Amino acid sequence: MTNFSAQRIFELKKIANKIRQNIISMIFEAGSGHPAGSLGMADIFTALYFEILKHDPKNPDDPDRDRLILSNGHICPVQYASLAHAGYFPVEDLQTLRKFGSGLQGHPHRGFLPGIETTSGPLGCGLSEACGMAWVGKNDNKDWKVYCLMSDAEGQEGNTWEAVMFANKYKLNNLIAVIDRNNIQTDGTVEDVMPLNSLKKKYQAFGWAVAEIDGHNFEEILGAFEEAKDLAVAGPSLIIANTIPGKGVSFMENKFEWHSHKISKEEMEKALTELREEILHG
Amino acid sequence: MRDGFAEGLVQAGEEDENLIVVCADLVKSIKIDKFAEIFPDRVIDLGVAEQNLVTVSSGIASCGKNVFAASYAIFSPGRNWEQIRTTICINNQPVKIVGSHAGITTGPDGATHQALEDIALMRVLPNMIVLSPCDYLETKKATIAMAKLNKPCYIRFPRSEVPIITTLDSPFEIGKAQVLKEGNDVSIIATGEMVHFAQLAASELETSNISARVINVSTIKPLDTKVIQQAAEDTGAIVTVEDHQIVGGLGSAIAEYLSENFPVPIKMVGIKDKFGESGAPEELMQKYGLTKEEIIKAVTTVLRMSAKG
Repeated sequence: MTNFSAQRIFELKKIANKIRQNIISMIFEAGSGHPAGSLGMADIFTALYFEILKHDPKNPDDPDRDRLILSNGHICPVQYASLAHAGYFPVEDLQTLRKFGSGLQGHPHRGFLPGIETTSGPLGCGLSEACGMAWVGKNDNKDWKVYCLMSDAEGQEGNTWEAVMFANKYKLNNLIAVIDRNNIQTDGTVEDVMPLNSLKKKYQAFGWAVAEIDGHNFEEILGAFEEAKDLAVAGPSLIIANTIPGKGVSFMENKFEWHSHKISKEEMEKALTELREEILHG
Repeated sequence: MRDGFAEGLVQAGEEDENLIVVCADLVKSIKIDKFAEIFPDRVIDLGVAEQNLVTVSSGIASCGKNVFAASYAIFSPGRNWEQIRTTICINNQPVKIVGSHAGITTGPDGATHQALEDIALMRVLPNMIVLSPCDYLETKKATIAMAKLNKPCYIRFPRSEVPIITTLDSPFEIGKAQVLKEGNDVSIIATGEMVHFAQLAASELETSNISARVINVSTIKPLDTKVIQQAAEDTGAIVTVEDHQIVGGLGSAIAEYLSENFPVPIKMVGIKDKFGESGAPEELMQKYGLTKEEIIKAVTTVLRMSAKG
């Protein structure tokens, strides 16, 4: 188990809740976006930006920073909200998502916003880029690590598996990938559209160390990251995070229709009420 | 020309210890073996995986390394265009993409391996620089020059043996075209190994009292518009020559510029909306119209067009 106090974990829950509220109001304001995956990954992003990552929001280009690559760029609202709360830019800017002149592009665009390592959205590229970074870090004996966040449906892209093999060949033990196993994609459930079956067995067969966790349980999330960070692990690590798409908003949970969907004013108010109550009673 | 690349790469590697070469199972074929022998720790062979080739290279470049990503032109940028667009061009990561075996002169391998569209694919991308040197010496100079460039860049060169037509002292600068022969009646503007054929055509035209200017365009993007416009103004007629589809290649680039700035008649010598086939380079060049004779025919036509104008 982890060394995090109950008090600290409650604080993290509160941050994640705030990020979820931001996601709802950002996507409402933008008139389009991807709510389900964004909500589902709020706990993982909170753990990363507020506990795990070695980073300095005031110096986002610090050469010794840990790198966080968001491969499935469409869930960027959760990253934007996390960056804002971590101090990369003002929280008020979140309401400019997808608007003309905003740094918060519809999909992450390097150079538009501090803290964005790479442009993403077209799926299946992020793990390769993370591999390139980790190769440099390992070869140059750097302490920083590379975290790559992916969707489960990205396992349908051939490019992903090219990267999986690469990470094994070069024994990139400074690379930690997280797959958001929420089992939804645009056309339905992942297992219906194109089954991936056991990602654990697949990655293990390619030489990765794999942990499978409840992606909403902070003890499990933090514990898995601490374990994966241990360089005693010979090769790359994968954390399969079982998450509930739409987590925290009852009418969005586990409904693939909310993968990409606008949010009406009524829906926003209902969602925000639920989220506020959750943290009051949580 | 692969030798020029190989030697340029070694020299660039000696000058810059941050230079890394990423390759997809073609180390010997593209002649990276010399570099690999000297700098084994600076070569990554990631197998037959061209999508990974450019995306891993983007990640390496983001950490401040000088990355060359090398394959055959048909596979890279042929197979991985969107990855290049997103992770190299939009990101503006200074990855150097090397496309060997470009053009119909790839020969016996047949249509699948003859990249006739790579200039078009790379020229259309913002932030990308496109190089197409004409011989061994220029390929070496271009390789060394692109290693010093902090921008995304693509270089193409053919597999076949090409005569050396420049000298050690010939000027080379990215973004500059070279006038190899002065002339006043027509300009023959060529790229890659076709520059040699442009010279042959110009010599033969001399005997018919046609004075042809020969221009070597080794940087297709950004185009040296000053030299191109001067050629249009001075000669009033242009023939373009390339081992590439005429759609989207050098001819298109020149036509795009001149039609907006100084319209003159243009004839394009290149592949005309066709795929190739197996054969010796010379046989294929004959069949697909990449010959001295075809250039002379184009000159005759374009001169007739300009006389009418």
